[in-house]
Amino acid sequence: MSTGTLARTATPTRPGKPPAAPARRRRGGRGLASNLALLAISAVMFFPIYWMAVTAFKPGPEILSYTPHWLPSRFTLDNFTAAVDRPFFWSGVANSLLVVSATVLIALVVAFLGAVALARFEFTGRQLFVAMILVVQMVPAGALIIPIYLMLNRAGQTDQLPGVVLAYLTFVLPFAIWMLRGFVVNVPVELEEAALIDGCNRLQAFRRVLFPLVAPGLVATAVYTAIQAWNEFLLAYVLISTPEKQTMTVWLASFTTTRGTEYGPLMAASTLAALPVVIFFALAQRRVVSGLTAGSVKG
Amino acid sequence: MSVPTVPRRIRSIPYLLLAPALIVIVGVLGYPLATLVQISFQKYGLAELLKGSGSWTGLSHYTDIVGDSFFWGVVGRTIVFTAVNVALTVGAGTLIALLMRKAHRAVRLTATVALVAVWATPGLVAIAVWQWMFDYEFGVVNWLLTKLGAGDFTHHNWFENPVQGLGVVTAVIVWGAVPFVAISLHAALTQVPDEVVEAAELDGAGRLQVFRYVILPVIRPVLALLTLLQIIWDFQVFNQVWVMTGGAPTEGYYLIGVYSYVQSFGVGDYGSGAAVAVVMVLLLALVAFGYVRGLLRKEQTQ
Repeated sequence: MSTGTLARTATPTRPGKPPAAPARRRRGGRGLASNLALLAISAVMFFPIYWMAVTAFKPGPEILSYTPHWLPSRFTLDNFTAAVDRPFFWSGVANSLLVVSATVLIALVVAFLGAVALARFEFTGRQLFVAMILVVQMVPAGALIIPIYLMLNRAGQTDQLPGVVLAYLTFVLPFAIWMLRGFVVNVPVELEEAALIDGCNRLQAFRRVLFPLVAPGLVATAVYTAIQAWNEFLLAYVLISTPEKQTMTVWLASFTTTRGTEYGPLMAASTLAALPVVIFFALAQRRVVSGLTAGSVKG
Repeated sequence: MSVPTVPRRIRSIPYLLLAPALIVIVGVLGYPLATLVQISFQKYGLAELLKGSGSWTGLSHYTDIVGDSFFWGVVGRTIVFTAVNVALTVGAGTLIALLMRKAHRAVRLTATVALVAVWATPGLVAIAVWQWMFDYEFGVVNWLLTKLGAGDFTHHNWFENPVQGLGVVTAVIVWGAVPFVAISLHAALTQVPDEVVEAAELDGAGRLQVFRYVILPVIRPVLALLTLLQIIWDFQVFNQVWVMTGGAPTEGYYLIGVYSYVQSFGVGDYGSGAAVAVVMVLLLALVAFGYVRGLLRKEQTQ
């Protein structure tokens, strides 16, 4: 420690400059290096996404080329038409939308009730439930496909979308409860109590006070759940066997065969599959931040 | 009129509120977990699948596994694979978070956009894109490596050799997981007071010392949670291996998740596949146990 201080005071400084100046300059230099490093890393991170989008819009010969074309010579939608025209694209989209909306709706209702219980009530078994929620998130999905498949098989629910929804609920619920609990806790109980004093009954207090304040949290949780369900592959892959009932991700995986892959259409399809997620993601971030701070605590 | 204190009025309310969640979680998670354990003690093949019930065989699946050097090879490969992936993910994520802390606003924004874009990329899409980049014929990676003078990579097939193939899988996984780690850590880093860092620097602490003694203590809880989550996710990797090998991984690709899947849905021996899955859960439980205990203790003291 003392050597460092000594070294710094010992460095020749221009007369009239305070001794802090070299330190600041050195930090600025380090800043430049770290700025450049971060830019380089960002470029590397972003490259695959860029490469996907650029490939999707390229004419075929420029995709199958030994020297990469960094930009398409002309933008074409051929790959998108080829992808969309492949069998089971539209049914895949429809099935995914169906599964996602059902999962989100059920998960939100169930998780919200659970979150209120955890955030607003002290009860025996609370600790146990919290522990269970945490533990449950650690059970690997890969381990559960076997029994889930066998159970749904016994119930005749394999190759059925409701079975997929049920399976998805298990994986999204614990985190949804935990996430929503955080939002409910952040709404001061006093607001609800004030509403009760002002003559609301509990249900009204809940609907007029708690619900609007937690709405951004519900949106955030809904988006998170939707993304999870839209992206899920393994369960849908195992549970669904007829192509008409495939979800989007299973359809996407069917591109890759041991015999070879058509990369133009695959990249176009990938772009299409990623688009809703990116949009959702962008939407959610703004909602959550603005929603949390607005309103309630101002008065 | 007194303000009704919530808990005293009706004691059953919280339980009623929790009931649906409990039913779903126990029904679709607890019950399958119990079934998994049950099946692992049973002969459960395709015939039993049609019948809907297996016949008890006791510990035979487990004794088979324990005596099987192939299984231990799979476990060993999975542990190495997990260690490499977690180390790379957490290491790169920490580095990016630290760089973001120092960076100019515009640079930080650029990095955030790139990270969020990667984060939002669906797993299956990531697999497709990396597969394309590593394509043996027209892949941009082979071209780049050849150009950089790393050797002649023209027509190099990355998936012929499972070690290289798992290397590509590692790239996909680390790429996809880094944003979550980096953004979470960056959020945690905002809690490190600048004055303390500056004071340490003025006192002559080097960059490593500042990290070790000032920054690390603040971000340690987040870092621990992130590492645990990465271990859990990377230990059970399946999708990347399965899709990138076109649904036909050779034995060198068998991680424990893949092995359990192949045993049950490929070979049709659900009992043995279940036993492998149980071992996987137990190994992960071992890792998670210590962590959860610490977390609960903290929640109690709060």
